Amino acid sequence: MSFWERNPIYVVGAAETLLGVVPDHTELSMFALAAQEALSEAGMTFKDVDGIFVNYMGEEGSVQVGEYLGISAPRYVDSADIGGASFVAFVHHAMNAIPYGRCEVALIGYASRQRSLRNRSYTLKERGLDNAAQFEKPYGLPSPIGYYAMIAARHFHEYGTQSEQLAEIAVAARRWAQLNPKAWKRNPLTVEDVMESRLICKPLRRLDCCLITDGGGAVILSNKERARDARKKPVRVLGAGESQTRWNLSQAADITVTPGVVSGRAALGMAGISPTNVDFLQPYDSFTITVLTALEDLGFCKKGEGGAFVENGRLAPGGALPAMTSGGGLSYNHPGALGVQIIIEAVRQLRGEAGARQLEDPKIGVVHGVGVLLSTAATAVLAND
Amino acid sequence: MTDPALEPYGDPITGPFWEAAARRVLLIQRCEDCEACQFYPRPICLACESRHLAWIEASGTATIYSLTTVHLRTAPEFEPPYVTALIDLDEGVRMLTIIIGDNPKIGDRVRLAWRERDGLPPLPIWTTEWRKQ
Repeated sequence: MSFWERNPIYVVGAAETLLGVVPDHTELSMFALAAQEALSEAGMTFKDVDGIFVNYMGEEGSVQVGEYLGISAPRYVDSADIGGASFVAFVHHAMNAIPYGRCEVALIGYASRQRSLRNRSYTLKERGLDNAAQFEKPYGLPSPIGYYAMIAARHFHEYGTQSEQLAEIAVAARRWAQLNPKAWKRNPLTVEDVMESRLICKPLRRLDCCLITDGGGAVILSNKERARDARKKPVRVLGAGESQTRWNLSQAADITVTPGVVSGRAALGMAGISPTNVDFLQPYDSFTITVLTALEDLGFCKKGEGGAFVENGRLAPGGALPAMTSGGGLSYNHPGALGVQIIIEAVRQLRGEAGARQLEDPKIGVVHGVGVLLSTAATAVLAND
Repeated sequence: MTDPALEPYGDPITGPFWEAAARRVLLIQRCEDCEACQFYPRPICLACESRHLAWIEASGTATIYSLTTVHLRTAPEFEPPYVTALIDLDEGVRMLTIIIGDNPKIGDRVRLAWRERDGLPPLPIWTTEWRKQ
């Protein structure tokens, strides 16, 4: 019996914050309500939480959140900021704390009101002065879209990938969103619509980009003993991994290769599965190209074959590899960091709670967070077993 | 007013790059032990971990590795559309830059040019034009 079979880790609660436009809350109050709902699913209260894993993208960390929630003496705190990948990485971190008794009940989460506050900016002032940035910042590359556009352009050049193939990813996300009453964008979308949307950074167009909304969520992880308290079916974490590559785009030999290669190999390896065992994928769809590179780097197809892979609705409802089943960051919700919400959607699918978009008896789902400028990645394998 | 985020950082390791840029000279580091070139400047060679790094003047020729045409307005000094690119210098290092000249494409050869800036050192940019400036 392996270490993880003797010490299994479960997601015992999962809840979204209010979504869309949330004018009458702060990030902290939104998060408090979601965390309480997630704890309620777990049969727990804030008094049970002894591990806090949060980051508010540099604004507020474990101290502010812990104080606000009245968690006065946690035994394990973590505000590692690897952007949108942080929350799947926190699953990895909590897995490595809980079996050793460093904490027993881990609260992971995030909330943001980027849409209400209108604080998302593409100007060059968005990133602060840092040593390495002095060699890139003067060149007017909008962050983050310019970076992803450069990656897409190289992918097109090396592998013959086409804009229409990226558009298929946006269309798949929209078709899922049409089945999700909480999704922000639910009107029909075609490949032609995406191709006719405004060019922002060639080759990426407006509809290759994720939404900007308010949102967030909370998930609770614990051990087998505490999972017995749960009021809903616990979802087991079979494996997790994380990695990072570079900050400046000039510092990678091949910009089309993401840290998902390392995080995916670690997570799937730990779970003892291959991509053929996976019933659904929840990739972080910050841009269409983010999904394409994730499919390749996690091993669902070979490097360079992502464009052909996504054709004919493979990721869409009824397709062979359901992905972005909430509608994703492209059509459901994107509050600056989608990482925690892809975990929540995976949990709902594995519990059979996904309503009109429910997959037929899924057993294994992969969640794959990415962050910053396609610089970081974290992968986890969740199971209904 | 100059955006402070566009200013050189002013530390001893990267300072010589900008001091040379003021004279329209593009410097990169080369390891005195293993001869690997690197950019951006650091106190240690990433190839062999030697601390013996010297500055050399780049040849000023490079090949476009990837590029994007930016259609967003990002800052007053950039009039969209403009082309930002990654280029591989003949010395084997990669830089982010702006490309001027007609219809640049991945794989095109480009040549060093300089853009004057108010209150800041000239900025190395690259051009598809091969006529003498």
